[in-house]
Amino acid sequence: MADAGLATVERRPRVGTALLRLLRRTFVHLGVLPLLLVILLVGFGTWEPRFLSRQNLFNVARQATYLTVVSMGQMIALLTGGFDLSVGVILAMTSVVLAKVMASTVASDPTAVGLAIGLGILAGLGAGTTMGIVNGIGVAVLNVSPFMMTLAMASIAFGLALFMTGGVPVYGMPSQFGATLGFGKLLGVPVPVYVTAVLVLGMYVLLNWTRMGRYFYAIGGNIKASILSGVSTRWYLFMAYVLVGFLASVGGVMLTARLETGEANIGAAMPLRSIAACVIGGVSLRGGTGRLGSVVLAAVFIEWFENGMNLVRIQSYLQMVVLGVLLIFAVVMDEVRHRYVAGMRDG
Amino acid sequence: MALSDTQTGRAPEVTSGAPPVLRLRGVTKWFPGVQALRRVDFDLRPGEVHVLFGENGAGKSTLINIVAGALRPDAGEVELRGRPVQFRSVHDARLRGISAVFQEFSLVPGLTVEENLFLGAEPTTGALINKPEMRRRAEEALRRLGFPILPRMRVNRLSRAEQQMVEIAKAFRTNLSILILDEPTAALTDRETDRLFQLVLDSKRQGVGIIYITHRMNELHRIGDRVTVLRDGGRVDTLAVRDATPEKLVELMTGRKIEAFFPRIDHRPGEELFAVEHLTAGTLVHDVSLTVRAGEIVGLAGLVGSGKSEVGRACFGLEPIRGGTVRLLGRSVGKPTPGAMLGAGLAYVPPDRRTEGLVMERSVRENIALSALPSAHFSGRVLLRRRSERAICLRLAQQLRLVPTGIERPVALFSGGNQQKVVLAKGLTRNPRVFVMDEPTTGVDVAAKTEVYTFMKDLVEREGAGILLISSDLPEILHLAHRAYVMHRGRLRAELGRAELTEQAVLSHFFETTTTHG
Repeated sequence: MADAGLATVERRPRVGTALLRLLRRTFVHLGVLPLLLVILLVGFGTWEPRFLSRQNLFNVARQATYLTVVSMGQMIALLTGGFDLSVGVILAMTSVVLAKVMASTVASDPTAVGLAIGLGILAGLGAGTTMGIVNGIGVAVLNVSPFMMTLAMASIAFGLALFMTGGVPVYGMPSQFGATLGFGKLLGVPVPVYVTAVLVLGMYVLLNWTRMGRYFYAIGGNIKASILSGVSTRWYLFMAYVLVGFLASVGGVMLTARLETGEANIGAAMPLRSIAACVIGGVSLRGGTGRLGSVVLAAVFIEWFENGMNLVRIQSYLQMVVLGVLLIFAVVMDEVRHRYVAGMRDG
Repeated sequence: MALSDTQTGRAPEVTSGAPPVLRLRGVTKWFPGVQALRRVDFDLRPGEVHVLFGENGAGKSTLINIVAGALRPDAGEVELRGRPVQFRSVHDARLRGISAVFQEFSLVPGLTVEENLFLGAEPTTGALINKPEMRRRAEEALRRLGFPILPRMRVNRLSRAEQQMVEIAKAFRTNLSILILDEPTAALTDRETDRLFQLVLDSKRQGVGIIYITHRMNELHRIGDRVTVLRDGGRVDTLAVRDATPEKLVELMTGRKIEAFFPRIDHRPGEELFAVEHLTAGTLVHDVSLTVRAGEIVGLAGLVGSGKSEVGRACFGLEPIRGGTVRLLGRSVGKPTPGAMLGAGLAYVPPDRRTEGLVMERSVRENIALSALPSAHFSGRVLLRRRSERAICLRLAQQLRLVPTGIERPVALFSGGNQQKVVLAKGLTRNPRVFVMDEPTTGVDVAAKTEVYTFMKDLVEREGAGILLISSDLPEILHLAHRAYVMHRGRLRAELGRAELTEQAVLSHFFETTTTHG
């Protein structure tokens, strides 16, 4: 049936212009993102000259690192056919634990700044990754659906983070932490950009050049076929959520450095934003397909778009509306693309 | 096809003078970039079963979608009882007496059988649904068709075969003049198939014209009157079923002449490769023992539900083993798992490539390589060897004559026959000595079937492999296997050598008999 019923776009291959054909091919291969980027650049670029200034570009680059890192984690969860709604609270938990450890270490010995920063980062990453481990056990071993597991985890960890801080920001971290990892620059480029670049490279190798990456795609595409191919699906599903936890946690460390306080509610918008970045970047919600490059680009796009809206003074409440509309648009376009592809089937 | 001509329930001849109930003239259909149908003429007489035959992608689906009202032709005419018509929708076509049963079901899983049967045409009193009336009519419809299904059952709790029956019952709901059946027996047991065929014969007698799509040669001969062969969207020929030999059909379908539908495979058995002793597994398999030697194809026959499929699954670690031993290449395997069996030299070809065989969205290359990634040809200590992977997968794709050869294309875009070739190629990556193939030619067109058979011949003759062929297609067992076991209700009924391997011998063990025990 697939060669017929699904194809809504029925047309004779008229001699269309080469441009139109190019556009269609781009759309089929890369989705809606290139189009959005062009609109973004042309639209805001002409509207507000500061949008493309060197200063603003660095600003956006730094701002985009947090979402990029978390979206890469979210991408792993989506590839395996699940998703992670707890990325936000993983960020928060990392932030709170890190700040507490750092502040108390430096309080007990004001000269041990390096030790405090090191310990704090390790503790933060440890806390975030632990949450990923718990998610992984729930999903892979206990067969809880990713939706329920991570939703419940979000409640648990948010509660814990609030409980630990009493709802107030944690101060008292050494200023060097924020100065390097938050605002620092190396050769004129913000430090978080380097960290993110390393992680992107690592993710690229993981997804395209290792068995684990290949298995993430296979498990999300067809878990039964993966089992029959001898893939230890439990182990790789578990590892998927551990990696999500780790990546979200790195995002938490960098964001805490930027804010210079530990806060329990810093990641509230992260689940939606990271899923939005993945979907706009063409990752299938059904699992099994998606490209890393597009996800990174989509995360940068979202931040840049919001930056543009800020520059032309669109209210932040309205920005939420725009993001939601954009997300639905991306999902609809993804559906259209699927029909295109279905129309290309042999038989 | 010995099976067909000896059958007594042959379809009565159709009087050729009757005016056709349906006629297509020069029907043409385009999809983005492809011409799915080119000027196809087709006619259907009342009371005949007109079989559509062709490779996957030849245009069969497009044709029946046009007749069923799901698609509109770009050119050409559709005439219903001599008058030109244009269907606006499936619903429109159904109102004019055309019903289709597609492979992909149109049932709502969460609703009950009766709710599905009357979806969109619920009997009402005022604004409310008349539930007792609906129940009564559903019961009547199911009883008339002889389907043992309760109207109040939820559809998602039914087996695939039962869902198929509901789908068929839905088609019979309205006053029929044309019935379209798209591989309706794929999910049915033999008994259910018999009942369906009886139904088809009844409908014929009432003057219903039936368009029937199948890849199974024996069905063609059992119920077909005429057969139209399509190739690349065009009609090649229409002939009477009695003139349609398998060789002739393959020739029409592919444009190539073949010598024999089933290849002759030499039998030079070597050492024992694979043995199962007193295997008891899952809920169905009891005390099964069998052996497979190098250079031979061993058949495992039986009805659907006889446990033959579960034997294969248990040997690959997919069913819990409760007793007995499995021995591979002389070594006993404690507890089989897919990974361990693959590593030890056994490949398993699952019966349903969509659900268990392939990751449809991923490329041919990734699918072929999936089970072999741990081996040294495919990955080093940390990183994959992508160049070597590409080369190996390309070679396998060429060896199996994958069409088109593009191994970076998603598997989902290939035709059924070519998808099956990917499944087989995947089995080759670990250089296995033993193959367990469960229904290796389901949903594969006749031309691709011959290629699968040739592939099996090469494995056995050149590579000295051993194949356990689990199949519900009796001719396949009769023509390919050197020996065969027959299963009945989870137990082995008989072992037949090549000389004893006749249709009658196998069939006699399929069913309950009073004289034999175990």
